[in-house]
Amino acid sequence: MTQTGTVRQNSRHAALGISDEKAVAMYEIMKLARMYDERGQLLQRAGKINFHISGITQEPSQTAMAFAMDRERDWFLPYYRDYALVLSVGMTVKELMLSIFAKAEDPNSAGRQMPGHFGCRRLRIVTGSSPVTTQVPHAVGFALAAKMRGEDAVSIVSFGEGSSNQGDFHEGLNFAGVQKLPVVFVCQNNQYAISVPFSKQSAGKIADRAIGYGFPGYRVDGNDPLEVYRVVKEARERAAAGEGPTLIEIMTYRVTAHSTSDNDLAYRTKEEVEIHKAKDGIPVYRRYLTELGLWSDEKEDELTRRLRAMIDEATEYAEKAPFQPPEDSFRYVYAEEGEAR
Amino acid sequence: MPVIEYIEAIRLAMKEEMERDPEVFVMGEDVGLKGGVFGTTKGLQQQFGEDRALDTPLAESAIAGVAIGAAMAGMKPIAEMQYSDFMFPATNQIISEAAKIRYRSNNDWSCPIVIRAPIGGGVFGGLYHSQCPESVFFGTPGLKIVAPSTAYDAKGLLKAAIRDPDPVLFFENKKCYRLVADEVPEEDYTVPIGKSKVMREGGDITVIGYSMPLHFAMQAAEELSREEGVEAHVLDLRTLQPLDRAGILEAAAKTGKVLIVHEDNKTGGVGAEVAAIIAEELLYDLDAPIRRLCGPDVPAMPINPPGEKHFLLNKEKLKSAMLELARF
Amino acid sequence: MAKQVVEITMPQLAESLVNATIDRWLKQPGDTVDMYEPICDLITDKVNAELPSTVRGTLVKILKGEGEVVDVGTAICLVETEEAAASAPTAPSAKEERQAAVPAATAGAPGLASPASAPMPAVAFDPNAPMRSRFSPAVQRLAAENGVDLARVAGSGLGGRITRKDVLAAIGSGNRGGAEPVHAPAPAALSYAPTPAFTPAKAAETLIIPEVEVDEGSPAPGGREYSIDVTPIRNTIAKNMRQSVNEIPHAWTMVEVDLTNLVNLRKALKDDFKKNEGINLTFMPFLLKAVVGAIKEYPLMNSVWAVDKIIVKRDINLSIAVGSEESVITPVIRNADQKTITGLAHEIHDLARRTREGKLKLADLQGGTFTVNNTGTFGSVLSYPIINYPQAAILTLETIVKRPVVIGEMIGIRSMVNLCLSFDHRILDGIICGRFHQKVKEILESYGPDTKLY
Repeated sequence: MTQTGTVRQNSRHAALGISDEKAVAMYEIMKLARMYDERGQLLQRAGKINFHISGITQEPSQTAMAFAMDRERDWFLPYYRDYALVLSVGMTVKELMLSIFAKAEDPNSAGRQMPGHFGCRRLRIVTGSSPVTTQVPHAVGFALAAKMRGEDAVSIVSFGEGSSNQGDFHEGLNFAGVQKLPVVFVCQNNQYAISVPFSKQSAGKIADRAIGYGFPGYRVDGNDPLEVYRVVKEARERAAAGEGPTLIEIMTYRVTAHSTSDNDLAYRTKEEVEIHKAKDGIPVYRRYLTELGLWSDEKEDELTRRLRAMIDEATEYAEKAPFQPPEDSFRYVYAEEGEAR
Repeated sequence: MPVIEYIEAIRLAMKEEMERDPEVFVMGEDVGLKGGVFGTTKGLQQQFGEDRALDTPLAESAIAGVAIGAAMAGMKPIAEMQYSDFMFPATNQIISEAAKIRYRSNNDWSCPIVIRAPIGGGVFGGLYHSQCPESVFFGTPGLKIVAPSTAYDAKGLLKAAIRDPDPVLFFENKKCYRLVADEVPEEDYTVPIGKSKVMREGGDITVIGYSMPLHFAMQAAEELSREEGVEAHVLDLRTLQPLDRAGILEAAAKTGKVLIVHEDNKTGGVGAEVAAIIAEELLYDLDAPIRRLCGPDVPAMPINPPGEKHFLLNKEKLKSAMLELARF
Repeated sequence: MAKQVVEITMPQLAESLVNATIDRWLKQPGDTVDMYEPICDLITDKVNAELPSTVRGTLVKILKGEGEVVDVGTAICLVETEEAAASAPTAPSAKEERQAAVPAATAGAPGLASPASAPMPAVAFDPNAPMRSRFSPAVQRLAAENGVDLARVAGSGLGGRITRKDVLAAIGSGNRGGAEPVHAPAPAALSYAPTPAFTPAKAAETLIIPEVEVDEGSPAPGGREYSIDVTPIRNTIAKNMRQSVNEIPHAWTMVEVDLTNLVNLRKALKDDFKKNEGINLTFMPFLLKAVVGAIKEYPLMNSVWAVDKIIVKRDINLSIAVGSEESVITPVIRNADQKTITGLAHEIHDLARRTREGKLKLADLQGGTFTVNNTGTFGSVLSYPIINYPQAAILTLETIVKRPVVIGEMIGIRSMVNLCLSFDHRILDGIICGRFHQKVKEILESYGPDTKLY
């Protein structure tokens, strides 16, 4: 440990103001998200749950996004692959399991929505839906509210590159640009909108669209969490300083099928997938931490055991947990008697 | 009690609510400096500043979507759609988002938004400045829909909508803006959402409707009373969703002869649901087939004056339908 | 082209505007105005604008001054032009005029064509009306719950339909359908007399009986009264009755007739008659035949008092009284003397049917010279008919009853009937009427197996 002091001074994360503990915590979240995601796929294949949608390979950038924000003040509007993001913001793996089993205790929707439709007021994670990109104007609305109230809050919103073609993307970005609102738009470009490759979604870079709305856009390598952290952090600072929004295009690759209902080999080759699996950011980041002496094989083993136990326990808990009573499924269409909110 | 115009009632409701609650604000195209294309938001920017009478880009989905976001953040936005004809780009935000936010989050989130949109024709607006889109949104659980016919109700319902914890579509009738004026108290009041109102008592036929056509019904009712001795019972639904079942049933049972009237087209309109409610619950009180007098099932009204006149309801059409039912 | 004064009206400057204020006149009377040249400044809630002229000419008169709020469509000034009126902005298009004339067919209420000005029909009792037995759920429920016999309730609705209000009124009146039709009180046994000709429009109203309204306005002693509106038909009947009674000195006489043979004759013929003719054989055609025969012998019965003379009618046109619930009208069988018993039977049936259906023509009601009324149908054995003004006499056929009768030295059971006659004593005296009466009796009693119906 004597060497760490020296290394830390020169480390990339220290230069970004990330403490060692935080750098390690980021890694642990990435791992947790990955293991949870793999468990989700297994549970679906085992017939325990109906559906799972994966965020594998996108965990490093999602984790970095969340860590770059103020998790006490900011608003998070994730999209359906953002497991690492919501785990970073404070959702527990037990809560995610309750969601994937669609149980009453699920804080996202009490088992009403599909998994991946996050929402938790306690964690400032804004409820989302399945029609894509509707959350972009919402994020602008949160930013508008923050600005009107003079609050030091920024909203950050995720969406895919396919979603970037929706009207709500353009309408939302334009609105935020005109009003110089504190919002960070993050496009997680994983190259596929279900089966349609990026080349058939856009003829240019998503990031370049920002200039048309009067604010900066950046493209960043999603396998490099520290670079993602840097760019998002800067965007947050610009937003908080009243300089308006930023668009960030995170370049990543979806190594899983779109969902458990999709056969991706119908539209792409195994070879292509393997190439990208080899670029997975998690082992790279682990090596980075290991080289700095912040991580070790022993720690890895210990972490894997700990996370596995945690996931096992969460799985068991969620599987046994009760569903929302069917009669309660008619509740909360409107505010109930005496509710002000 | 002062008599004020329908449009002024709407403006005053917003003004007073913005004075009462700093989280209330209005946003939309031209609502700021100009005060709205109809003048509904006149003076609000001067009084409350640019942020609280916010001119937005010309993008209806963003107007709705941003307002929804702000509402989830705890604000009380009033989003104005310049014409209800132009709110369809915002339909996804309204139906997929606003309507479902409370339900999908199991009451964790809410969306206290008001979306105001002028409906109705008779102003030479042609196809796309005259429509009544109620039926597009009607039947979407999670939304509340109001459509006042009087200045009193316009003010009271808009205030109630702004204070309501759930999304409310406020369909104001542009023909009523300056044609309708009635007594509106100066002191603060609200009109409860979900409650219909008996506009006129009568024992021969029941007319159920909302918005502008009710004024034709009232004129026709007075004439029928004078000329034919026919007494019409007229019910203003005021709220389209949730419908006031009890009010509808009470009014329908009163005479057993029901005429439902609205400007929105007949097929799939609100009237169809009103008729179904009556048919479901009041078979043994019905003395005549339930009738509907509605806009025709054509896409929208033409701008040429004879065509527009032919499309629209008026006192004569109401009178004729009411008399025919009375004689049945 | 001739000079023409054209109104310039306040246009609808923007959607939703219903009026505008004239700020300033830019033209004064006498000024020439070019097409589209501004003539005044307008202020509205939405826009402020100059109002361009829609015609070329000379401003003649300003109708609305500065500062006045003017409704859309109201004339604000007059311009004298040399153009045809067709170019004037106020002229509606031919199409518009045409469309205005056509009742708008709006999706919704079917059959909007019924004119709004037609009067509301009141309650009628017509057992054959097309909608009579189409009961709405509300009517069925109310009838079942309150023990109302719908067959006896008059229908005020379209096509004679019994409405919910009709049933409620029946319940309210306490008359739930006993021996008498609800809302259709049985005609009085006495003083039941026909009225003279009506116009066809009024004939249609003969199916009307007044609506019963319970007066809840004044809690008068016990509130045990209610008022009935006088319908036009009732009013006409009243007027005619009063005129007849006021002007004609009525005298009255009655004879008793033995109809036993006729009863037997009818019994023997009625089934075949029904089969062959499709209508029932009643006593009326026999009576009419007898009356016609007697009139031929005593033509003064068929006359009119004309103050300085008595007009005797050559045509024998018999008015027959056809009653409905609350009125009576008297359609006419023309040249009744030229018809057989069968022919008369058809005439009676036809008139009665058309009376019920309201399909009588004016001619059906005009030209009667003598009236016959079958008061026996409602059980009367003696009535004092009022003459059908301005005729000279009226005869009633009362109920046929079996009675013990002295025949020679024996007592037999005979079918007896009374024939009552009221006559105008200015024209007729007891002797001639007695003879007439006896002649009718004679003919009726002479009917027997040999009587020819054709």
